[in-house]
Amino acid sequence: MNGLINRAIACFVRDSYGDPLWQEVTTDLGIDESAFEPLMPCDPDVTARLVAALAVRLERVPVDLLEDLGTYLVAQPRSEAIRRLLRFGGVDFAEFLESLEDLPDRARLAMAELDLPSIGLHMQGGGAFRVEMAREECAGLRLGPVLLGMLRAMADDYGALVLLEYRGRDAAREIIEVHLLDAAFADGREFALGGGRAAP
Amino acid sequence: MSGAGALTRAQAAMLDRFCPMHVVIGPTGHVVGGGPTLARIVAPGTMIGARFLDLFELTRPRAVQDVAALRALDGARLRLRLRARPRYALKGQLSVLPPGEAGGGAMVVDLAFGISVVDAVRDFGLSGAGFAVTDLATEMLYLLEAKSLAMEESRRLNRRLEGARVAAREEALTDTLTGLRNRRAFDALLARALQGGGGFALLHVDLDFFKQVNDTHGHAAGDLVLRVAARRMLSVVRAQDVIARVGGDEFVILLPGVWSAGAVGTVARRLVGALEEPVSDGALRYRVSASVGATLSRDHPDRTPGEILAAADRALYAAKAAGRGCHRLHAAQDGTGPPGRAHGKDTPDAPCAGGIRDGPEERGTGGARQATDAQGVAMRSR
Repeated sequence: MNGLINRAIACFVRDSYGDPLWQEVTTDLGIDESAFEPLMPCDPDVTARLVAALAVRLERVPVDLLEDLGTYLVAQPRSEAIRRLLRFGGVDFAEFLESLEDLPDRARLAMAELDLPSIGLHMQGGGAFRVEMAREECAGLRLGPVLLGMLRAMADDYGALVLLEYRGRDAAREIIEVHLLDAAFADGREFALGGGRAAP
Repeated sequence: MSGAGALTRAQAAMLDRFCPMHVVIGPTGHVVGGGPTLARIVAPGTMIGARFLDLFELTRPRAVQDVAALRALDGARLRLRLRARPRYALKGQLSVLPPGEAGGGAMVVDLAFGISVVDAVRDFGLSGAGFAVTDLATEMLYLLEAKSLAMEESRRLNRRLEGARVAAREEALTDTLTGLRNRRAFDALLARALQGGGGFALLHVDLDFFKQVNDTHGHAAGDLVLRVAARRMLSVVRAQDVIARVGGDEFVILLPGVWSAGAVGTVARRLVGALEEPVSDGALRYRVSASVGATLSRDHPDRTPGEILAAADRALYAAKAAGRGCHRLHAAQDGTGPPGRAHGKDTPDAPCAGGIRDGPEERGTGGARQATDAQGVAMRSR
């Protein structure tokens, strides 16, 4: 599980900032390859140290860095698989938002070890939604900002025009506000239900 | 999408929504209506008015040929195929609407793709909207895709682990300096050769004067000599032969399928000749020689590794005692060897002609032990 998250971070940093920077950061931290094996467990501490070191090296606030990671995971052609799995959640962005509550269950079905914090969706009328994610660190990672980045990229994917805002966190949860301004603002990216390369 | 006729507009709309793959069959057995997803699959425009049994083939229950037989299937579970698209297995259930009510006398068959939904979704370009909200087709496709990805990742992991395992195993069996097999590898190969029951020869090779090179010119020179010696030995044996480094300057060689003293002699002479070629590091030339003790598996009826290794070792000492740069073959001593050979004789049948060719004169240690242990049959080295 951690291996999966660590590898996602590795792909994101190498694609966005280049291999030399990645080498530098991992060498400084003394993290070896085995930490990036997606199906293997690894010390949760590694993920937290990695994010902290990257934030310092890139002079970014960790929350911003994690939001970029979320966007990357959906928008990069290399991680097309994640985008596809998320698109199974709904035929349009509103339905996709409603499927967020199923996300931890869906993730567990895909990978039994993937234990995401629970997500609640509150409709506030007029296209306003409030996404609340339980404030549990998942493998040393604060997931709220990652989810924010993913929502931003998924809105583009569906061709929806949205305003997204990370409202921070309280003792129990992290909060994201979503304003769906136009569900069919643009064409969005193609999604064929049976179009996965994994389909037999 | 439903044709007018048997059902009310409201009934048809509800069926379209809840069962997008339903068919309405009129009292004559002709299709009078159908859901939007089914219409898309059957080919738009060709469904309404066609005879249901001409469009679909019932695979279970079989032998349903007419409307009366169809009507008798009220409530039954059906398996069917589209005659035009037999590839996709469908399942369904038929319901006969009671007479006297709206749509009375008509039959409704609700259809679904079973396991063929994966192919159908891809081939017909169906979207999530093409299925009833309660239909789990989308979830099934999600799961299939997620599991395929996990499986693919698992295969990748297995390949990496297998690569690492092979590398680690190779490392565990390899002498790092020379790249030859090591003692552990050789023991396993010898045990396997003995189990296999085939004949083989075993040679014990010891470099003569190596110690002087190492002591006089340092470990770098010694290492160079060992690496070159390994390469040269490999160049004079066959691909199926195995050479292992089992000590500082000691090697053992397994020659599968070699049965005769003559063949062993040929190999031993080639080895000694190759090892006596000087080794140059660009500035200095180093000369060593080699003594070879050999034994044939056929001379060891008990076929124990210890016995065979000890025999080769004794033959090696005999070669050393005979003046080095030569080889000796251990002879069978108990009369169990093949007929026609001299048994139990330690007397060399030829003088050791190799001797010391190059390098300083040096008598090896343990000369007395070598002399008493000399049980080899001497063979002409050249």
